[in-house]
Amino acid sequence: MEGMYALCVGLLTACGIFLALRGRSFSVVIGLTLLSYAVNLFLFASGRLRLNSAAVLGESQQYSDPLPQALVLTAIVIGFAMTAFVVILAMRARADLGNDHVDGTLPKQPGDTEQKNGGNA
Amino acid sequence: MQHLSIFPVLIPLLFGVIMLLPPISRSIHSQRVASVVGCLFLLLSCAALLYQINNQGVQLYALGGWQAPFGIALIADKVSGLLVLLTAFLALAVILYAVAGQDKGGAYFHPLFMFQIMGINGAFLTGDLFNLFVFFEVLLIASYALLIHAGGKQKTQAALHYVILNLVGSSLFLFGLGILYGTLGTLNMADMAIKVGQLQGETATIAKTGALLLLVVFGLKAAMLPMHFWLPKTYSSASAPVAALFAIMTKVGVYSIFRVYTVIFGENAGELANIATPWLWPLALLTITIGSIGVFASPNLKTLSANLVIVSSGTLLACAAINSEAATSAALYYMVHSTLASAGLFLLADVIARQRGKAEDRFVRSRPFVQPKMIGFAFAIVALALVGMPPLSGFVGKIMILQATQSSTQTMWVWPLILVGSLSALVAFSRAGTTLFWRHNGSGSAEAEPAKPLEITSIGLLLLTTPLLVIFGGVISEFTQQAAFYLHDIQSSAYGLLPGVSP
Repeated sequence: MEGMYALCVGLLTACGIFLALRGRSFSVVIGLTLLSYAVNLFLFASGRLRLNSAAVLGESQQYSDPLPQALVLTAIVIGFAMTAFVVILAMRARADLGNDHVDGTLPKQPGDTEQKNGGNA
Repeated sequence: MQHLSIFPVLIPLLFGVIMLLPPISRSIHSQRVASVVGCLFLLLSCAALLYQINNQGVQLYALGGWQAPFGIALIADKVSGLLVLLTAFLALAVILYAVAGQDKGGAYFHPLFMFQIMGINGAFLTGDLFNLFVFFEVLLIASYALLIHAGGKQKTQAALHYVILNLVGSSLFLFGLGILYGTLGTLNMADMAIKVGQLQGETATIAKTGALLLLVVFGLKAAMLPMHFWLPKTYSSASAPVAALFAIMTKVGVYSIFRVYTVIFGENAGELANIATPWLWPLALLTITIGSIGVFASPNLKTLSANLVIVSSGTLLACAAINSEAATSAALYYMVHSTLASAGLFLLADVIARQRGKAEDRFVRSRPFVQPKMIGFAFAIVALALVGMPPLSGFVGKIMILQATQSSTQTMWVWPLILVGSLSALVAFSRAGTTLFWRHNGSGSAEAEPAKPLEITSIGLLLLTTPLLVIFGGVISEFTQQAAFYLHDIQSSAYGLLPGVSP
């Protein structure tokens, strides 16, 4: 179980970082979302993975650490708000700057001289 | 009073919420009154808190009555008390400037301002690492919105970078926290400081990964070298009161570095003792260097101020790298000085930009000022303070830092860089001053608006602190020495905060 779990977290993180390093704001936002999923799973695992153990004392033979679950809950709420904000900001940037590149200007492609302003030209 | 420690968080929260509700939310005038009153209350309560800390020692405030290390505790010690008072004073000065008219550029300036103050104060006061993350997010989301206050292409572009970088930073913060919780089983800073010494072998290596991830995050906030690229653009494009308030944001990062790498991963951390020092040394020195280069290359006054913030960040990080009581004490003094002086410069840059028409704050020939004497005098004071010339506080702060170096190797690296950094600031300021004040064409036009009395009061308040920091230098440096002693003494900064635990 641990290996599978670690693999999933690692894969999510890798995809998240790859996408966050892209140039277009949409893929960056998706990357940040994946990264926050990975973080939430990782935080959850920091209290050790256990089967059949409730987070409440006396409900089962073994009990699991309730604190990471509280931390994950907080992280999810905050991550959700931040994602909502960055989506709106990305749309605003698309409107203000005329393209969806994170730097506000499209990098020059070899061969095209006219395209300066992206989709709004 | 028992609940005084939480007032610096509660007062801005309450005033922020009140300002979002009618009838106050309907008129900008009542929001302004509420903001100023809120900041005055905040300043009073912070002063009372500092007085109480000074008389009765560290104030431990268990939120909800849950005892540390199981509940979240607010710890008001000399370090956080001083910084909270600094925040409150800065907030008052900046809000006085904002109510003169800069707050009309967009909606919700005042509530957002209050929430940002709440986040900053919370980050200074908390004794729990996860709670530090939460307060970081509170101050960040307010700063995201404040940054695009008054709108414009420049701001949107800067904000996009700033937001994305900080979101990645938040993810890394949580990764670091997860690793540390997984290895130490606690997030209370005092408890972590005690438990980290027992780690050995593989567990210690994992914990080290987590600790260094946190250094990346705090470095991003503090504009440490590879993570400083966001700062000049963000600070120079933000509107003046926002940029002035942001002057304390890098200090939150530096404070976190001091707190985490002195108390938790300090001398008593066993295998993990002083893990940040080998990284902090080169990065701090390179930050000073790159900041000084930026100071030379700045085309306008706002960019110059932003680059000076990087230099002061680097100087503070160098103090963290020296890692001694004297250095921490010097850093606290310098932190107070540089926050107030850079905030003053950001506000002054805005006044200058508005009186020069199209030239704004760029270093080019333009029409003369409406109030040349007053602005020139203020500029001279700010420049002297930030360069570090006697008789102002920058000089005292830098002397304290230079004296804190311990070995000859440290002296060899720190002295030249700090002094060359000051020289570059001196050159840049004299070049800026000659262009701004002496190279004019045409005559002053009637449409340029003179600075309003409130704006003058605000800048005056900030600049007045510079000589005051020198006049009361003895008292203040004695206080910062006690604060530094507290921070370096694990007995008082860790064991003293956990009842029933002894070494």
